[in-house]
Amino acid sequence: MDQGRIVKVAGPLVVAEGLPSSKMYDLVRVGTEGLMGEIIEMRADRASIQVYEETEGLGPGDPVEATGAPLSVELGPGMLEAVYDGVQRPLDALEAQSGAFITRGMNAPGLDREKRWEFTPVVSAGDRVEGGDIIGTVPENTVIEHRVMVPPGISGAIESISAGEYTVTDPVGRLVADDGTTHDLVMMQVWPVRVPRPYKKKIAADEPLTTGTRVIDTFFPIVKGGVACIPGPFGAGKTVTQHQIAKWSNAEVVIFIGCGERGNEMTDVLMEFPELEDPYSGEPLLKRTVLVANTSNMPVAAREASVYTGITMAEYFRDMGYDVVLQADSTSRWAEAMREISGRLEEMPGDEGFPAYLGTRLASFYERAGKVECLSSDGGAEGARAQAAGSGGPEEASAARSVREDSDEGPTGTAAKRTGSVSVVGSVSPPGGDLSEPVVQNTLRVVKVFWALQDQLAFQRHFPAIDWLTSYSLYLDKITGHWAEEVSPEFRARRDECMAILQRENELAEIVRLVGVEALSPEEQILMETAKSIREDFLQQNAFRDDDQFSSLHEQDRLLEMILLFHKTAIRAHEHGAALKEIFAAPVREHIARAKYLTEDRAAEFDEIASEIETQLVGTGPLREETAVYAGGER
Amino acid sequence: MREYMTTRDIVGPLLLIESVADVTYGELVELEFPDGTRSLGNVLEVDRDVALVQAFEGTRGANTAQTKVRFLGRSLELGVSRDMLGRVFDGLGRPADGGPDIIPDVRRSIYGSPINPTARDFPDDFIQTGVSAIDGLNPLVRGQKLPIFSGSGLPHNQLAAQIARQSAVLDCTGGDEIGCKAEGEFAVVFAAMGITFADADFFIDEFRNTSAIERAVLFLNLADDPAVERIATPRMALTAAEYLAYDCDMHVLVILTDMTYYCEALREVSAARKEVPGRRGYPGYLYTDLATIYERAGRVKGRHGSITQVPILTMPDDDKTHPIPDLTGYITEGQIVLDRNLHRRGIYPPVAVLPSLSRLKQKGIGPGKTREDHADLSNQLFGAYARGLQAKELAVILGEAALSDDDKAFVAFADAFEDRFIRQGPHEDRSIADTLAIGWELAALLPRTELKRIKDAYVEKYLPTDDGEEDAAS
Ligand SMILES: Nc1ncnc2c1ncn2[C@@H]1O[C@H](COP(=O)(O)OP(=O)(O)OP(=O)(O)O)[C@@H](O)[C@H]1O
Ligand SMILES: [Mg+2]
Repeated sequence: MDQGRIVKVAGPLVVAEGLPSSKMYDLVRVGTEGLMGEIIEMRADRASIQVYEETEGLGPGDPVEATGAPLSVELGPGMLEAVYDGVQRPLDALEAQSGAFITRGMNAPGLDREKRWEFTPVVSAGDRVEGGDIIGTVPENTVIEHRVMVPPGISGAIESISAGEYTVTDPVGRLVADDGTTHDLVMMQVWPVRVPRPYKKKIAADEPLTTGTRVIDTFFPIVKGGVACIPGPFGAGKTVTQHQIAKWSNAEVVIFIGCGERGNEMTDVLMEFPELEDPYSGEPLLKRTVLVANTSNMPVAAREASVYTGITMAEYFRDMGYDVVLQADSTSRWAEAMREISGRLEEMPGDEGFPAYLGTRLASFYERAGKVECLSSDGGAEGARAQAAGSGGPEEASAARSVREDSDEGPTGTAAKRTGSVSVVGSVSPPGGDLSEPVVQNTLRVVKVFWALQDQLAFQRHFPAIDWLTSYSLYLDKITGHWAEEVSPEFRARRDECMAILQRENELAEIVRLVGVEALSPEEQILMETAKSIREDFLQQNAFRDDDQFSSLHEQDRLLEMILLFHKTAIRAHEHGAALKEIFAAPVREHIARAKYLTEDRAAEFDEIASEIETQLVGTGPLREETAVYAGGER
Repeated sequence: MREYMTTRDIVGPLLLIESVADVTYGELVELEFPDGTRSLGNVLEVDRDVALVQAFEGTRGANTAQTKVRFLGRSLELGVSRDMLGRVFDGLGRPADGGPDIIPDVRRSIYGSPINPTARDFPDDFIQTGVSAIDGLNPLVRGQKLPIFSGSGLPHNQLAAQIARQSAVLDCTGGDEIGCKAEGEFAVVFAAMGITFADADFFIDEFRNTSAIERAVLFLNLADDPAVERIATPRMALTAAEYLAYDCDMHVLVILTDMTYYCEALREVSAARKEVPGRRGYPGYLYTDLATIYERAGRVKGRHGSITQVPILTMPDDDKTHPIPDLTGYITEGQIVLDRNLHRRGIYPPVAVLPSLSRLKQKGIGPGKTREDHADLSNQLFGAYARGLQAKELAVILGEAALSDDDKAFVAFADAFEDRFIRQGPHEDRSIADTLAIGWELAALLPRTELKRIKDAYVEKYLPTDDGEEDAAS
């Protein structure tokens, strides 16, 4: 390998000469400590290198060693429950080496080389396999079954394969490729982070990714394989929202990238997730989670790499057939890292000093999301999957995952192809909350869901502070059918009606502000009260209350139904002479306000509320009989 | 030692030195100007045999022909020791009180190293500042970074000094008890960047009068001190703080004032380097740079000490979207915002309750930390005050008469809240029990049916009865 020399050091950027055979995006080792760096520009004999560690103490003449390989991640058993820095060094390994503070020049492989995993083959000698085919499984933990795949680009016949306990680099078998060469099969794959992992084809994403957050699931839903962004000023609730999704969404694997954000937020996840129970598996949430933590005070170049490290790991779990959700908090810090490096390269700046390629980089990152038909030879994969399910994990939960997957796709016969998805949720931190800035604008071009956080709502402690008037989801129509089947046929209509009420409230609010609520017609006054109820009894959701942080779709539907029932009944009661004041003072409203704290098994409460609405509102008017009949007829 | 007299250019605080050898990035430099004055600097960039050096103490008196440049082969360091307590240093860590040099226990680079996120311990111990607007509504916890967003002419210095004087960490491991004794050894590290002599003097006096000076370390870069030196000052302070916290097991409160001048110094250097500017001329890396200061707050597993930061910044034009408060807010764990209107109305401390937030409060209060009813009561007070302010606004447009009886009750509440809860004396040290008691008295002004955010059991237990006596509290 080439051995070059540093000629220039400017912050995280180092320029070296004497690396003639290196290529763009190759990894190099810089200085006597062998700091990790990546070539990001080449001019004649000069290679510009972004260094993933502090460059203090480096100077012209220091050695730079080529590795001939691009920046890559190690993929295999052992990623779950880990915390990595931006270039996949396990942070606990670094802590073991240098203590509480991260010092320079440490190395630690992404996957533990000593640990042995129990491997069970699902193919046999003589089977033909292709890239992406599952050759065996490892119960990585009690939640996730790790499916060991043939690396992309390799095909041939299995020469030998056997069950046993292996490290990630031990051969579990051998494969004879089509050209006659033989290859060891190992559990670990190495993949360059900037290259998307291949799949067979992208397919339409039409299944909701439920998050348990009402304003998201009902009003601005995201799908499995979808892309969403959460822009908002500081303190508006980006991180809390992302933590909620990481905790309660129905994804199978969660990758959380803390990209240039707070150390304490990572600690929070690390301390909380082992304690919290995954509502789907009943196991600690951490077991389905991978953390990438490159906090704001860690080197800025590694921050730039962290989103690629994260998404490559997400794609790998997708390739196994899992639904993965990736959270990047915050993409603005990633963009700023790009800007800083670009500035040091003295590139021509675009808007606000960001490089001209900002939009392309953001787009190609989000483009790595999606629902796909996984890479595999059809038959092989199907066979493998059937066997994988049949072999059964030693733990029930992992079997449950397999069964769940099969029941999704299995019964449809020939359509039984392995699919997986990566959903991406990126937060954006616009300067001064100004949404016209380049990162927000470039992001909005590619994402399909926009959750706009408003500081005014946050000041009023209306959380999640997602502004219902400006947010949107382009997936709504895609999942309406799914809702009709899985939730209720009326859910979409209820949602739309509530949305219309909120929009009308906004128009009327202006009048109220100027001339007072008395200027509104009784119907309008009722509408204002209903809108308030939607805001307070449905949209507001406290992430720190155990009985509020998660709502099932079914509960969300029932809540809307109830609020709308009150609305309609109030209008009718008023038409029949009931005084607004009394309607608004009906005790059932307290009951409605508390309804969101219900849990599924107490759903009978909803029926009780419905009957209270009738009896109480009807009881407020003189035309008791008539109203009762009317309200009853409606139901 | 490598000494050169090959300065080619001098631009603002920067010098370009030619024909150098073996210079490294970040290396400490000693400059000697023709008149014999010496000044420290460091290497910002090195390109083959040309080094770009920033002079911390300015370039006045420098010329190209006779300036001597010595590269010292190490980075800017601070020698730290317990003996720093009670001492005053200049912005580069040299004694400024006429006392002897510190004999360092160890020398540390002022840039520190990032705390490994896996090694952090989550901040969750309540600090009693004795200020109701903070303790009651936006409590500070040990290891937090909670800035004061202020404006010129507002009493942020008084508030910071009051916090420094009164701060005590409650040890409430005993249970629901309140007002328990403080635990652990405290220290205050104070870094002044660009503030006036009068302001600095105010702090020193405050510390002296309360003998807090004995557990304080002061680093002073004043308004007439070299601007670029300010880039080093907070890092000096944090290096001392880390030593006291992690080597000497102390709970350290770090006050950094004024971060606005710090950022301006950074802008000055960036402009001299002709870097592509971000918003309002501040460098694009301002966020990252500030993070390397603020993220040095925290707690580390297995160590007894902690670093809590209260940075102060004056918002240019009282504008919260200005890059300095904005980027600070994006890094810190909340903010205490001071309000000019409250100040004009004579309310001290003029803490604007609505935009202020302590993001770590959930973890720092409740049974075993403060008291079981703390969270509910604080939510209720916040909600009622917000509603009162809204009603007041309405009254401005529609007239008092347009308000409902309920609204009138909330207006009265808001006034009383500002007067009795927020307002307190600069030397009034309220225990958390006192703060909660005042809160309950105010809650009693509201119709009982409006106390929706407080669990019934707490209302029963703590709401003062008609004769004004508080039931079972404390
Ligand atoms: N759903 C919620 N329920 C209750 N409180 C919330 C909720 N969302 C946000 N908050 C409150 O708002 C605070 C700030 O939220 P968060 O940390 O998510 O902001 P952010 O947008 O990520 O800010 P930054 O850009 O500075 O990181 C939280 O500490 C919490 O007090
Ligand atoms: Mg955040």
